[in-house]
Amino acid sequence: MASGLAGQMLAILAALALAPILSGWVAQCRAWLQSRSAPPLWQPWLVLHKLFLREVVLAQGASPLFSAVPFLVFACMVTACAIIPTLSTDLPLSVVADAVALVGVLALARVLLSLAAMDIGTAFGSLGARRDMLVGFLAEPALLMVLFTAALGAHSTALASMVDVLAHRELAILPSLAFAGVAFTMVSVAENGRIPVDNPTTHLELTMIHEALILEYSGPHLALIEWAASLKLFAYSCIGIALFFPWGLAANDSPLALLFALPILVAKLALGGAVLAVAESVSAKMRIFRVPEYLAIAFVLAVIGVLVHILLGS
Amino acid sequence: MEPSTGDSRPMQGGAPTHDRTSASPPALLIRQAFPSARPMGGELATYHLTATQAQWSMAAAAISSDAGNRPESPSRLIALWGASDADGRPLASAVYGLADGLLWVDLPLDPQSRQYPDLSRAFFFAGRMQRAIFDLGGLRAIGADDVRPWLVHARDADARSPATDYPFVRVSGAGVHEIAVGPVHAGIIEPGHFRFSVSGEKVLRLEARLGYKHKGIDARYTQLDPILAGRLAGRVSGDSTVAHAWAYCMALESAAGIELPPRAAWLRALMLERERVANHLGDLGALANDAGLAFGLAHFSRLRELWLRESDALYAHRLMMDQVIPGGVLVDLDASMVPRIGQACRSMAEEVQRLRAIYDEHPGLQDRFRGTGTISTALARQLGMTGLAGRASGLGRDLRHDHPGQPWSALSVHLCLSSQGDVAARVAIRFDELLESLRLIEAIASRLPPGTHHRALRLPQGHHCGAGAVEGWRGEVLVGLEIEVKGDRSRIVRCHSHDPSWQNWPALEHAIIGNIVPDFPLINKSFNLSYAGHDL
Repeated sequence: MASGLAGQMLAILAALALAPILSGWVAQCRAWLQSRSAPPLWQPWLVLHKLFLREVVLAQGASPLFSAVPFLVFACMVTACAIIPTLSTDLPLSVVADAVALVGVLALARVLLSLAAMDIGTAFGSLGARRDMLVGFLAEPALLMVLFTAALGAHSTALASMVDVLAHRELAILPSLAFAGVAFTMVSVAENGRIPVDNPTTHLELTMIHEALILEYSGPHLALIEWAASLKLFAYSCIGIALFFPWGLAANDSPLALLFALPILVAKLALGGAVLAVAESVSAKMRIFRVPEYLAIAFVLAVIGVLVHILLGS
Repeated sequence: MEPSTGDSRPMQGGAPTHDRTSASPPALLIRQAFPSARPMGGELATYHLTATQAQWSMAAAAISSDAGNRPESPSRLIALWGASDADGRPLASAVYGLADGLLWVDLPLDPQSRQYPDLSRAFFFAGRMQRAIFDLGGLRAIGADDVRPWLVHARDADARSPATDYPFVRVSGAGVHEIAVGPVHAGIIEPGHFRFSVSGEKVLRLEARLGYKHKGIDARYTQLDPILAGRLAGRVSGDSTVAHAWAYCMALESAAGIELPPRAAWLRALMLERERVANHLGDLGALANDAGLAFGLAHFSRLRELWLRESDALYAHRLMMDQVIPGGVLVDLDASMVPRIGQACRSMAEEVQRLRAIYDEHPGLQDRFRGTGTISTALARQLGMTGLAGRASGLGRDLRHDHPGQPWSALSVHLCLSSQGDVAARVAIRFDELLESLRLIEAIASRLPPGTHHRALRLPQGHHCGAGAVEGWRGEVLVGLEIEVKGDRSRIVRCHSHDPSWQNWPALEHAIIGNIVPDFPLINKSFNLSYAGHDL
């Protein structure tokens, strides 16, 4: 149990530190692709720093739930990052929660945020909550199907053992994983509120999904939610990397293995972030009622992945 | 009966002639009813007359039925406002657009009852103007349905009506709820309140509440010297400063009966087109951004910035404020700048065409643009839409094209028209007009007539009225002006600046019906109406 403790701690610390940087990197790439001069890589950290220094302004009639949600959501995202094999597959915490629990933890954060948004009683909060639920109830089954595709190969739903199996097979494109990969990319875009599903940089209150949910938050509360949002992007990126590009993970807790795993992870994240920025820059945001179609396609692809695995055994 | 487009139109310069047989039906009718009506001097033929209540209603009925009966009819109400004449008696004024010019009808009112016949049944958008007239001067339209306050929000100070919550029209039914947006928005934009009645994401009704930028422009005019007031006109709506300032100067020049030096008119046209280009560039970028394609915003912002810097180099002001002055323009264009302007226009046109190809071929963008916020030609005519949004809905009216005074007659302005009426059409019209304006700028710069760019304006003794109308980038901007000159003292008796946003704000509320809530910002941006110009 204690064997992987250092790796586990390092994974959590890396997630906390790198998640805002990943968001900053995507923003930077987007700016470059639009021929703009980019904000610094650590801009999200500067924003977090600014927000933590500010006072909290609570809306009239806010219940204790509203104040508690930022901490709960943040905790959910840290948990998610802790059970995903980011640096090594030797994670003590991974026995606590498997892939299904991971989806549950992410869903819990979503429900909490939606409840908090409705707690205030503004039109935008309920609008955002409604839209977020629309995205969520379609995205979660697709995400589960993607994880099941990988789980079928490993005969386990524990993330660490899934990734262990995937990392030690020979380099080949498995048809089932190819379908799952496409589905997972589509789900990640929707879940993280990126273009074409949602626009994280919009100032138009009527078009927002995630931003509408958190419109009433301020100061440290907002900082925690922003941090949690970047942790979510980090978590999804790491799931993607772990499932579809697992090579380079440390199999044990030796300092040398972890030392090698970290730069490999950073390189993969940088590549993934750049790809996300390209995809976002060339797309326009779709109409909200196209989102169900979009997520239905993701679900069908994920199901095809499962079926292909059962039929072809690969 | 199609109005002839031959030489029978009374036009600028010299004594206008009118051939009664070829005038449009309402113009003919009105001229028979008002044999004394004579066009005022100035760029645009304007018939100015004082009416009785019966004549006031008759003119409105004739023009609205002509507009309703003939799809191609140019007859329309342009502006409606209330004022006081030189002796302080209340007046209601309406300006109509006809095939052969403008018709300005003044209706003197009884100072006690302060009432005038309602026009909102004949012209849909007149309702809000009438509410504004009541707010600003206490003149009431007899028989108007909607008498809620409009521009002035807190009227408890003068006790005309208690300050109560604004009674929005309620939509009831299962699952219907309201979304209130503004006047403070999440972005840095002008203030306005929008009340959506929605069922899920579908908008059943939108009602706007404006007036947050009301500052009393019409009243302020009367405290200013007629020459200096041009500066105020240029600040009615900052993005249309050239159009508003030109309309004011045109009205003042028409009142003073002077003819503008040709070079001055050409230089004003140059600035008006520059203004159109700058605004269209900004809107095209913002439209893509509102659809989530930030790439478009980045590039159009870059082009707009280059364009504004070029304006700054030419006029020492990025928006060309205070460049149009009574009697001409402030600075002449140096001949050495002409090649530079031509070069800038050509390279701009090239870049815009490249970006247009990207917009046109982007499936995601086109999916958002097409079929969104559609207004059919029939509805547009019913709503009395004007300008760019009107042309996108098939209403082919453009003052530069319909009443080509100088310099437009020498440039043969191409009328950009679409009948689709959706956001995509308003985008396409912007692209078309942008390229047309670039062509016009190059043509104007290279064919500038010689002569003076400014002639000192001497105001003649007595009372004089004048009107000016200019096709700004949003649509027709109109100024109606009365001045009084006694000895060496001159004053503005009444003056009204009309922005085309008055016509198109109600159209926006119709465009959103049946669309979904998240498409509103896109539809709103495709109209991009002025709050300041409307709230006065």
